This record gives sequence, structure tokens and C-alpha cells, in this order.
Amino acid sequence: MEPFKTITSKAVPFNRRNVDTDIIMPSEFLKSLSREGLGVGAFKALRYLEDGSPNPDSEFNNPAYEGAQILLAGPNIGCGSSREHAAWGIKDMGFKVIIAASFADIFYSNCFKNGIVTVILPEAQVEALMEDVKEGAEISVDLEAQTVQRPNQEVFHFDYEPFKRHALLNGLDEIGITLQKAGALDEFEKQQSQKLPWLYGAA
Amino acid sequence: MPHAKTLYEKIWDAHVVDPGDGETSLIYIDRHIIHEVTTPQAFEGLKLAGRKVRRPEAVIAVPDHNVPTKDRDKPIEDPQSAAQVAMLKEKCAEYGIEHIEMNDIRQGIVHVIGPEQGITQPGITLVCGDSHTATHGAFGALAFGIGTSEVEHCLATQTLQLKKSKTMKVEVVGEPGPWLTAKDIILAIIAHIGTSGGTGHVIEFFGPAITGLTMEGRMTLCNMAIEAGARAGLIAPDEKTFEYLQDKPRAPQGVHWNAAMAHWSTLKSDPDATFDKVAVVDVADIPPLVTWGTSPEDVAPITGTVPHPDDFANPSKQDAARKALDYLGLEAGMNIQDIKIDRAFIGSCTNSRIEDMRAAAVIARGRKVAPNVIEALVVPGSGLVKAQAEREGLDKIFTEAGFEWREPGCSMCLAMNADRVGPKERCASTSNRNFVGRQGPDARTHLMSPAMAAAAAIAGHLADVRDYPPIPPVQEAA
Ligand code: SF4
Repeated sequence: MEPFKTITSKAVPFNRRNVDTDIIMPSEFLKSLSREGLGVGAFKALRYLEDGSPNPDSEFNNPAYEGAQILLAGPNIGCGSSREHAAWGIKDMGFKVIIAASFADIFYSNCFKNGIVTVILPEAQVEALMEDVKEGAEISVDLEAQTVQRPNQEVFHFDYEPFKRHALLNGLDEIGITLQKAGALDEFEKQQSQKLPWLYGAA
Repeated sequence: MPHAKTLYEKIWDAHVVDPGDGETSLIYIDRHIIHEVTTPQAFEGLKLAGRKVRRPEAVIAVPDHNVPTKDRDKPIEDPQSAAQVAMLKEKCAEYGIEHIEMNDIRQGIVHVIGPEQGITQPGITLVCGDSHTATHGAFGALAFGIGTSEVEHCLATQTLQLKKSKTMKVEVVGEPGPWLTAKDIILAIIAHIGTSGGTGHVIEFFGPAITGLTMEGRMTLCNMAIEAGARAGLIAPDEKTFEYLQDKPRAPQGVHWNAAMAHWSTLKSDPDATFDKVAVVDVADIPPLVTWGTSPEDVAPITGTVPHPDDFANPSKQDAARKALDYLGLEAGMNIQDIKIDRAFIGSCTNSRIEDMRAAAVIARGRKVAPNVIEALVVPGSGLVKAQAEREGLDKIFTEAGFEWREPGCSMCLAMNADRVGPKERCASTSNRNFVGRQGPDARTHLMSPAMAAAAAIAGHLADVRDYPPIPPVQEAA
């Protein structure tokens, strides 16, 4: 995974509440065997018209936001299904950061696993940022300092789980981190198999 | 005195492999169920990194999401679905994971087969790459859905790096009226706390209306805890739980059975344990419920009307309601029972167990599906449910009434196989999500219980099941 430090970019203001993962990635795209190339399917019903042409009313097709790497989303983004395809699609569209007042739990974790930085700010601050970026202005996200900087230089602070922040800043592979705990893992299984032998195939 | 703990805290504490930084801990996972849709990329990841599956015997695989529900003797038509199903089988063989084939009688929806096989047990941690893994919480197991990277992590390490959830107590009070099922209770809860009411929390359910539910009902309830935003739902195990598990193939046997029961009996929240959040939901005298919008919190009584967007306090909710009514093609203020349907779907991991089949059959018996209903599907949750229903003659009741009786799978719940709701068509569905496009592009979904979906299929519009009293079976001449 690429380490993440800071990013300064345009942002797409996507102001809807409770956007579920069926909207982010419809089930027709879940048949893929790979993590790549899912950007085309992301937000399909919103981004395209029935004839398949880009929907000019969609924020995602607004030329003012072209090249945006930050997504400003409404509260409870990513609710519903556990499909990681939602995170893969957003990443494939070029987004590296999502800022929202709240995230659904599984989606939040799926973003992290794919190196997408998920920033939680109070709803009023997210709305202020959405206003800020309307004309294509840039904002900055600094994971090290845990700040988002507005175009007027004002700074919003955010909290970040230390474990996730450390992994993101250093681009660490989570499975690799866990496998370093092999000793503790062996010991856990040994003890549990004595206490609850039926979970270990004892008949 | 050790401090009082909730059931969630007890299970969590018993599974900490490494406490980590205190916020994110390494948690042991006892059982892992996998299916064809959210695993291919996990196996790909393992291969790329040259990693093994740590405990193949703790994993079980079954294809369910995009298997066809008819013509199972023929190859799967959709080449992509066929590729996913084939890949699951191939990878399981490669890594030594037990795989239940599509045509095995034990095949079914992941959350139906876990309990049925006795894989789901009180006090264990159980994960699956599907958000409705919350279902298994009905047994007092800590069970939750994970993404594909976590599937990979769990295959490689039998653990997950997890942040401890907050705890939420949902107490259900009041005596439920006739035909008020587990589905209605969970819809009432979601309407009360909202789809993000449980976010960041694990919900434990309490109250006589909960303990009064059968195991099937408890599974329906916990299944939709995720629709309230919760990571998992929990119900403390009791006699009903033990009785359900007793003869299941993978439940503990012999001397281990008694030891397991002794252990399971300790799995309840301490009386003085405190929860981070508490909600009380009264279900006395509420009529059966349906959804009118595109979020599971958009709930109305079947005796009610479609709400006005202006009735909502919050402007963004007003806007969401306007969009939902537009999507569903509904007028604010119209009677819920005047909403005509095109399809009915009885199935999904929420409502495809034997009790659900029976409830729908009681309403269907001696009646006919309305002529305006294009298709009324009944999809049992597993081959074993199907066989049991057939032993009871339920399949005949359904087919005589004009329902289709299908092979087990997720089917019209998420429209990955051929079963789907057409654009602008309306479906009375026992599944768990009424999201935009969930049952097919532009499909319109109303969630409800199996008996209510059967009543809607018979009426041709959303209907109050209480207006369809069971017709006694015709007595065969002796
Ligand atoms: S029935 Fe629906 S919700 Fe349940 S596992 Fe299948 S797709 Fe998921």
C-alpha cells in the first residue's frame, strides 16, 4: 500500500444522507473476480442517464470538480451491504480521501483496507467544506497533523484511530502486521482448545 | 469485585489475542463462512502474497448469492456467475476448505446453513463476507459482516484487527398482537432508532417479546440489526437455543454437549452491566408494518397512509422522502393498502426458514395469487428447509395458489441471478433492503413479513394479513 501523508485537491460535494453501498456499487458489478477497474460501475444510477451517457446533473460529472481526489459525503455514507467493491470503485475513480460526518462501520473499515483515508468531521464543518469547494476550490487533508485546511486557510481538526493512522502513514500491510503476532496466536489456540475442545473437532 | 460485563464484552474479552494499543485489538475468530461473491479477490490476495489458510477446518464455503433458483441440472447460464461459483469450489479444494456444492441438499444461504449445520454456537466469534452475518447473533454468537480484505485477513490469520464496539441495549416492551412477527418487531425498532441508530454499536435485545420468539424469529430479528447500523445483534442463549442446536451436525456431541451447555449458560449480560446507549421500543397494539420508502427506517403501519415529506422535521430528511416517493412512484397521503404490486418475493436470509414458509403457506392455502401479480416467488433458504417444507406439503399449497416454488439461494434479494424485479415494477418482499436498485435497476421494494407478502400476493396490493384469516385445509374423505 502507498503511504499517505497529505493531499491538496479539488473535492466533489456529494450531499446525500444514508448513501448505501448498493448505490455506490450496484450488484451487477459484484461478479468481478478482481479488485481493479470498478470505477465505471461506481454510483452508476447517478452518474449515467438511461441511454448510458453521462448525467450532466451529477456532481461526479461536473467539470469544476475534474480530477478531484477528495469526496465530501453526507452522513452515514456506505450503509448497507459489506461489499468491498464499493471501496474499490471509489478508489478506482481516483478518490483518496472521504470526508463525512459519519460512516457505516463496514464501509469505513473497507476504505481503510484499501488505503482510502476516512475523515470524520462534524456535519456543519462538512457542509462548510461543501460550500467551499463548489467553484472547484482546493482543500488539503493532512493525516499526520490530523487536519483539513479550507481555502480560507482555516483548519478543522479530526481524530483518527492510532492503529489505522500508523498503518496508513506507513503504507503497512495489515496481514503482515498480524502475522508478527504468530506466537500469541498459537498460545491463544492452545488455551482455547483445552477449554472448548469441541471447537477444535473433538468428538 | 470484577466489574459487571455485557454479553458483548464477555465474548470480546474471551477472544483477545493481543490487546494492541487498547483501541484496536487482535481478535480471534472461531468460525468463518464464505460464499462465491466476496471471496475471489481474497484468494487472489493470498496467492499473490504466497500465504496459506491458517485453519481450513474453521471455514466452510457455500455458493448462494448468484446461483440460479431453477434448472439446477443445467450449467449456470451467466458466465460471470458460473466463474465465481467455479472459483469458490476450486479454491476450497486448493486450500482444504469444506465446500457445499450447489446441488447438495445442505446448500443454502450462508446465514441459513450456519445455524442449520450447528456451526453457529453461543459465545463464538463468527464472520462472513456479508453484512447480514448479524443473523447468527440470535444464538448469542458475536457475528458480523466483513469486507473482502478482512476475509483475506481472516483466512490467513484466523483473526481480525478490530476496534471494540460500543454497546446498546434495545428493550422491547408490550405484548405483540396477532400476526406481529419478528420482522415487524425489527422494522419497528429500525423506525424508532433510525438506520444509523446503532452505528458503532453492538445491540443486545431484551424483553419478553424477544425471548418469546422462536430461534427462527430471533434470527430474523438479529439479521436486520445491521439495517439499524449496528455491527452485530445479540440475544443471550437460553433453553430454546440449546434445544435448536442439540441435534445439529456440527454441534458438540456426547460429553462435550454437557460441557458446552454449562459454558453457554454463563453467556448473558450481568444484571448490573451498563450499556453505552439504551432504547425502549413498545410493540403493544401495533399493526403489521411495511416500508414505503428506500430506507428500512421508512416504515408505516399497514393501516396507515404514505407520509408527506413535509411531516419530517429535518430538511434533508424531507428531501430524502421526496426522492423516495418519486422513486417508488407513490403519492403522499395515499392509503398504504391502495399500493398495487407486480411481484412478491418470499425468501432471503431474513425470512426463508421453515417457520417463514409455514406462515406464508397458512395465508396462501385455499387462495389464488391476484391476476395483476406477474410472479410470486417462494425461495426456501436451504435445501433442508425445502425438503422439510415439501414433507409438510407446503410446496403444493404454494403452487396451487399460483406461487412459484424454487431452489434455495439469495435470489431476488439482491438480483444477482436471473430473479429480479423489472424497472418500475413493485415488489412485496420479505428481504431486508428496500434500497434504490436493490432488487434490480429501478425496482421498487416494500419490506414486510412472509405472511404479509403472501397476503399482498393474494390481494394484488399491499394488504393487512389480519383480513385474510386462514382457510382450514379441505378434509380428505376417510
Ligand atoms: S439473502 Fe440477501 S441479504 Fe441475505 S445473504 Fe443473500 S444477498 Fe445477502
